[in-house]
Amino acid sequence: MSAGLKVVRAGLFDTLQDLGRTGFMALGMPTAGAMDRIGLGLANALVGNPANAAGLEIGVMGPDLQVEADSVRIALVGPLSPALIEGPDAAAKPLESDRSHLLKRGQILRVGMIEGSSTAYLAVAGGFDLPVFMGSLSTYSRAGIGGFDGRKLAAGDLLPLAKAAAAAGDERRLAQPFDYGNGPLRVVWGPQEDYFSDEGRRTFIECEYRVSKEADRMGIRFEGPTIAHAKSVDQGGADIISDGIAPGAIQVPGAGLPIVLLADRQTVGGYPKIATVASVDLPRLGRLLPGQTVRFAAITVEEAEALRRDQESRLQRAIAGFVVARPPGGIDLARLYEENLIDGIVYE
Amino acid sequence: MSVRYLSCGDTAFTVEFGNEISPGINGRVMALHAAIGLAREAGEIAGVIETVPTMRSLMVTYDPLATSRADLQPKVDALIARGLPADAVSRRVTLPCCYDDPEFAPDLAEVAERTKKSPEQVIAAHLASPFKVYVLGFMPGLAYVAGLDQSLFLPRRSQPRVRVPRSSVAIAMDMTTIYPFESPGGWHLIGRTPLWMFDKRREQPVFLSPGDSLSFERIDRRSFDRIAGEVEAGTFDWSSLVKSK
Repeated sequence: MSAGLKVVRAGLFDTLQDLGRTGFMALGMPTAGAMDRIGLGLANALVGNPANAAGLEIGVMGPDLQVEADSVRIALVGPLSPALIEGPDAAAKPLESDRSHLLKRGQILRVGMIEGSSTAYLAVAGGFDLPVFMGSLSTYSRAGIGGFDGRKLAAGDLLPLAKAAAAAGDERRLAQPFDYGNGPLRVVWGPQEDYFSDEGRRTFIECEYRVSKEADRMGIRFEGPTIAHAKSVDQGGADIISDGIAPGAIQVPGAGLPIVLLADRQTVGGYPKIATVASVDLPRLGRLLPGQTVRFAAITVEEAEALRRDQESRLQRAIAGFVVARPPGGIDLARLYEENLIDGIVYE
Repeated sequence: MSVRYLSCGDTAFTVEFGNEISPGINGRVMALHAAIGLAREAGEIAGVIETVPTMRSLMVTYDPLATSRADLQPKVDALIARGLPADAVSRRVTLPCCYDDPEFAPDLAEVAERTKKSPEQVIAAHLASPFKVYVLGFMPGLAYVAGLDQSLFLPRRSQPRVRVPRSSVAIAMDMTTIYPFESPGGWHLIGRTPLWMFDKRREQPVFLSPGDSLSFERIDRRSFDRIAGEVEAGTFDWSSLVKSK
């Protein structure tokens, strides 16, 4: 029998995602990919996977998965409420996030709800044994491609695992939660900031915007004060000749409310884009929930690039700083050392 | 002619060649698209992820961990300064299209009436149009194909259809298109091709590319059904549609 994770009960919107399907935007192919590349990156690193391995992106509420393999090492990253593990002969108990776990045949992982974020990630050591489509495992459900059968997971699916059993070894955990930052979302003006009046640009940068219910992998519609175009809609003020759409682009159609475009965004579009969220803050966008509020702050391209490089080194330091997680019933030496004796020791 | 560089955050920028739709401007877009592709293959422009051509601009996406805007923009400038050919080498593609079945061409009569032609004259004008694929977008494989005979220019339908069948051949404004999926749509449906513009079973799932020269070849319902059967079965010879120009 082939090794897999059986979906006993589906979550709300669980799709396999890697870092995206690049190289085919010229053919109209959206990149898709993880909404929060930091969460996916940490989950992969916790189980020893390469950074671009596909993991399960969990949207709002996760699935129940039964292990149909001798064993599998998984990592859950994200604020779960918490996940539970049960069976085959044991009662349900909580499973810590932000660390790896060894699961055995017949056990059921109940991922449950995410709290305070819209996304969480599950990675499995060795990855999923699924066909790569146009260079990527990312699911793009609108075209039915990638991931598992091109769609979100449904009850009864068997997610095939590349490894039938987990290698022996310690479990690892994140030493401290990764700091995604807070404060305003950093944006770079453009590409069409000149399609907006001075007042419109001021509104955008000075006011608070709320995430509406229309928020998904394609983009987030915000509610708040309307942003004035330089020319009226009748004069074509909200139309451009379509051009390419970068991740985090904030388009403002005629109604004046901003829409930020994310992983499943279309490749080109005809609305003017007032600004683009800096890549350092895209993972924060990927975690926003309806009702949360945001502000925007403008920075330069150079500042955005520097912030991203700094975030990447923090991510690499967080990965280098993983500590050994407490074995069941044992003593977490690493945590002891870390908290009582020496700052930042890594116990291999 | 100078270009404008527009910022798209710290992972992309757009090179804008003009603010109008014209073959000359699009030719320069496609030439830069090709030139950056060659420079990447030659290892001269590291950190570029891909380029996205549209009617009048080219978006260049990059990895800010591998390069920077300050490093890339002069390199793109140098490629433009080196001189872009007016028209890059392109494929010449012929697509079979069945105009004769009312099921395939529900808007043919209305288009004929509004353009003061007979249905046969509409078909003839569509067949004679020198089409060129300007841009793919909106959904995978959906091509905006310009070059429609001027006598067929019409605005989009005031009431878009909720469901346009896959492979419908449609016109609106100064363009034609072929629907790669069943989807909503507001264009006028005047025929259908037995081909699928997006087929995930194929190694190259998207058939058309920006820059392709395109024409249609009229087929009857019997040929349509035969080709549709081959496409469905995966035995159709797609290379028979393409000639190098």
